[in-house]
Amino acid sequence: MSLSVDIEKTYGTFHLKAAFTVTDGVTGILGASGSGKSLTLKCIAGIERPDRGRIVLDGVTLFDSEAHIDLPPQKRRVGYLFQSYALFPNMTVKQNVLCGLHAVKDKAEKAHIYGETVRMLGLERLEAHMPHQLSGGEQQRVALARILVNRPKLLLLDEPFSALDPSLRVRLCVEMREILKGYGGPSVLVTHDRDEAYMLCSEIATADAGRISAPRDTESLFARPKTAAEAALVGIKTVLPATFADSAHISVPALRVTLETIGPVHEDLCAVGIRADGFAETADGFSATVADVLPTPDGRLVLLRPCGGEGLLYWDAPAPWTLPVGGTVTLGVRPSAVLPLYQDD
Amino acid sequence: MDWFPLWNSLRIAAIGSVIVFFLGILAAYYIARLPRVLKGVLDVVLTLPLVLPPTVVGYCLLLIFGPKHPVGAFLSTIGIRFVMTWYGGVLAATVVAFPLMYRTARGAFESFDETLAYSAKTLGLSNTFIFWRIRMPYCRQGILAGIVLAFARALGEYGATSMLIGYTPGRTATISTTVYQLWRTDDDAGALFWVLINLAISAIVLLAVNLLERRNGWRKRV
Repeated sequence: MSLSVDIEKTYGTFHLKAAFTVTDGVTGILGASGSGKSLTLKCIAGIERPDRGRIVLDGVTLFDSEAHIDLPPQKRRVGYLFQSYALFPNMTVKQNVLCGLHAVKDKAEKAHIYGETVRMLGLERLEAHMPHQLSGGEQQRVALARILVNRPKLLLLDEPFSALDPSLRVRLCVEMREILKGYGGPSVLVTHDRDEAYMLCSEIATADAGRISAPRDTESLFARPKTAAEAALVGIKTVLPATFADSAHISVPALRVTLETIGPVHEDLCAVGIRADGFAETADGFSATVADVLPTPDGRLVLLRPCGGEGLLYWDAPAPWTLPVGGTVTLGVRPSAVLPLYQDD
Repeated sequence: MDWFPLWNSLRIAAIGSVIVFFLGILAAYYIARLPRVLKGVLDVVLTLPLVLPPTVVGYCLLLIFGPKHPVGAFLSTIGIRFVMTWYGGVLAATVVAFPLMYRTARGAFESFDETLAYSAKTLGLSNTFIFWRIRMPYCRQGILAGIVLAFARALGEYGATSMLIGYTPGRTATISTTVYQLWRTDDDAGALFWVLINLAISAIVLLAVNLLERRNGWRKRV
């Protein structure tokens, strides 16, 4: 099964442009809030209408502006897990889940699907509860049950953990992984949290100011982000303008040095990303002054200003490190922490 | 003892409230979706009967439904007369009570969490189901308040009613027109009796609403 999306939508000054294909398994859309991730999901589900483009799910055209096709959400067979879970407050857990089974007329079949799903998600004890009596995690499971009994061809998950207590998130992430594995079909998970994306998704697309990129393999996205926007999303704090030196070196004017990298460098390089753990004190490097020092659980986050240059460097320094603000330090960068970055194409 | 005014008032208020319930909800639901300018204009027009003196509303109704005016003349050819009949009372009560239902229902609909409707749609639930089983129960409190206000207003309607249907004992007399008539003819005891009846009905309605509210407690959300 597969989903292909190629849509555009303008909202005042905001312009959404999304073009990607998704196959079975979990695909993530990682982006800051307001980058158009949720809007993309709403367009796929038929809640919002794109200005132009095409959405095809499993051979069925859900939307096509040129052919004037716009299936109502009821006919799309797309399950949508909302950030707030959207349980119907006037119905019990059982009634909520049965809402997803309204199309099944055969009573025995209905009871079978219902019983199986409720058992799988561990909701047996909660059947008679009202939504407001449930915890956030329980509400999420009920919402998932309601969607799964509906047998959707595609699952959309909109920031599923953001309404939860941080201490619960990891556990529910693990649960969600199992549920999605059991579901088997394609799902799209929207999140601003890179840990969630990394744990759950085999492929990740990035969203930046309304542009949704084509999904990339999760490992390669985190190991080798290609643009400044991708670098920022996977947690690379230091991004500086840079130019091509040779196939293994990048020249960084702000630092007045040429940095060595392991990956091949192409001529159209425009910036460099440096991992926060990649710096080390050496005798022959570039010098920088300490702008600020912030304690972190693992040590110190040191903000540095390169001497005679522009920009800010972020360094995860080891815990005993104590240089006063204003002091000068000479640093080098490990080649594997230097990432060549390119213009968005 | 002539109980006709009680019976007449109740049927006028009850039928009027049922009509107002459906019309008010329909108007509130559809007008909430209109573009802003059109919404503003319709809002003013539909709320007007609330702020106009009831006698002005009565006069307007006579202008439209009076037997010498086109609409009224046409209706009387097919056997419907609103002037001096009890269903004229229903018409007056409906027009005067409508804005109360419309405005409270609109306020309630505007507070509805639209995400619930979206998620219901993605589950394949029909718009009719969403409206009656999700939207209406969610907005229950506001809508119930609207019906009660509309019923109370319809029951107490005097100005437009007296202009449109007058006071004919046994035919158009309502509690409110009877109170005025009895007081005018110095029957203080009779007037007080109907005043007490009216008080009793209003108290029962409000009590019933409070009881209903207490029984359905699901809106008590944390």
